[in-house]
Amino acid sequence: MVSSSGVASQSEERASKRLFDCRDAFAQTLMEIAAEDKRVCAVVNDSVSSTKLKEFKTRFPERFVNVGIAEQNMIGVGAGLANGGMVPFVCGASCFLTARAMEQIKVDLAYSRSNVKLCGMSSGMAYGPLGPTHHSIEDVAWTRVIPNLQVIVPADPEETASAIRYAAGYDGPVFVRVSRMPVPEVMPEGYGFSAGRAAVLREGNDVTLLASGVMVSRALAAAASLAQRGVEARVLNMSSIKPLDEEAVMRAARETRGLVTVEEGLRAGGLGGAVAEMLAVRGGARLRILGIPDAFAPTGTAEFLLEHFGLTARGIEDAALEVIRESC
Amino acid sequence: MEISGARAGQAGGGGPERGARLKHLANRIRLTAMAMTHHAQLGHTGGDLSSADVLAVLFGGGVLRVRAEEPWFAQRDRFILSKGHCAAALYATLAFHGFFPEERLRTFMDPMSPLNGHPDRNKVPGVEANTGPLGHGLPIAVGCALAARMRGEAWRTFVLTGDGELQEGSNWEAAMSASHYELDQLVVIVDRNRIQQGDWTEKTIRLDPLAEKWRAFGFAVEEIDGHDTSALEAIFARVPLVTGKPTCIVANTIKGKGVSFAENQPQWHHGVPTAEELKQAAVELGVEMPW
Repeated sequence: MVSSSGVASQSEERASKRLFDCRDAFAQTLMEIAAEDKRVCAVVNDSVSSTKLKEFKTRFPERFVNVGIAEQNMIGVGAGLANGGMVPFVCGASCFLTARAMEQIKVDLAYSRSNVKLCGMSSGMAYGPLGPTHHSIEDVAWTRVIPNLQVIVPADPEETASAIRYAAGYDGPVFVRVSRMPVPEVMPEGYGFSAGRAAVLREGNDVTLLASGVMVSRALAAAASLAQRGVEARVLNMSSIKPLDEEAVMRAARETRGLVTVEEGLRAGGLGGAVAEMLAVRGGARLRILGIPDAFAPTGTAEFLLEHFGLTARGIEDAALEVIRESC
Repeated sequence: MEISGARAGQAGGGGPERGARLKHLANRIRLTAMAMTHHAQLGHTGGDLSSADVLAVLFGGGVLRVRAEEPWFAQRDRFILSKGHCAAALYATLAFHGFFPEERLRTFMDPMSPLNGHPDRNKVPGVEANTGPLGHGLPIAVGCALAARMRGEAWRTFVLTGDGELQEGSNWEAAMSASHYELDQLVVIVDRNRIQQGDWTEKTIRLDPLAEKWRAFGFAVEEIDGHDTSALEAIFARVPLVTGKPTCIVANTIKGKGVSFAENQPQWHHGVPTAEELKQAAVELGVEMPW
């Protein structure tokens, strides 16, 4: 685990500064890796601009495949490229990439253990008013239950870059969620993603906030606000949804009075589901799962929708106070 | 050792003798697949039998540049069985060519056997893709062909699809990309036996004019008798049929070919032969029982 009070204060400080679109870090990193490794290639489903891979296409035209609007073929092509010794990054809007080609993801990638990297772009509710057709609030639940498939939800540009590098070096299928919602930097400089390892962004022994993706900065903001009320919240970045850092969760269950998970996705089956499953088996803890209920979102911007579903620093703070109250 | 050698179904020499040897190999594949299906009491006899000649020519005729001793050598030709339900025929073919011991065929679908009802590339040398759900093979084959181009390698990619399978839209997504990228090192062979699980293809969802469909999708297409080993050898020797175009060979076949009671009978799609039927099949096919 990454853990020190220095790291914690650095995370909060960085969180207060400018905002980033993680797709930029994704595209930049992919080009860096492609320059280093001739096996790295990109496959897209017409999504050249929405994946921000225009420059990749210009720099590495022979290693850029656009299959058109054809996600089932896209995943199979990725599996075939991997069969031929390439390291394909298969990129598309997460809603289409996962849902449209789920059987191909299961069979061609996971069951086959193909060395393919799935990059689900603009995940969660980032497409805002385009509506539930374009939201990808189910992707983590869907991918998490498939054997052999790792699931990563980076929180900021630094972690996105690190996760993409990790994926390139890992021999097997990985799903990485890449957000387009503006996020502040929350990870310490020089941080390196490691599968199955949660990063402690803030120490605390009253309550633990377990967050992923765009919710990490909001969890840090909630922790800062809680501190002003005399409540010390531990904040864990749970970017490695699968494998899950079970030990970090168990430590939090033992050492703090309750747990709050928070994610930009369905309450069922995602990070909260994973934590609930393991706590039910390994020993209980008070748990609140924040996410999207069993409902499709109304019309609204991504920020509006996060507020609508209580996925804000305030919402996290309230949930944290609630579990602490229950523990008394 | 490349499998085009003497071990490849003993198909050395040329002319009628060579044709007879390939035919014999195909019939060994047929009877062995039936014996495996009898053993497992599960399987897909009809398609095993219709595709046997194509498999015999690809592996036994030395079309594929593959090596049993080094099944994953990087420059190998890729063969993908998209109709993964015909795993028994593929396993028999691979075993006859030294990819794994023939004795293992007797474990078909046994608990913990590597020979699952549908092929698993992580368990069986020579299996390139985990298939079973239909419409997966051609997209993977397109990826293999693109990889060859990206890496500057000369390997070719062959994919054997069923015909009913072509009702899956993913095939046509892949077909568009194959012609768009001018993948002339890609060869699709359609086992056109005209029967799918429940009925004739044309009574289920019409596929004809099938060759025209492939042409419209930008393939160089030829239709041949998929049981004529000489014709199969001749056409494989000519691919790519047109430079810059992927090839599609519509192999007109008979489901259940070679065994009178199974020929053209939709119920033999996944029919399981009895011990008596197996003996009759051995007589009709003119080959010895594998065990």
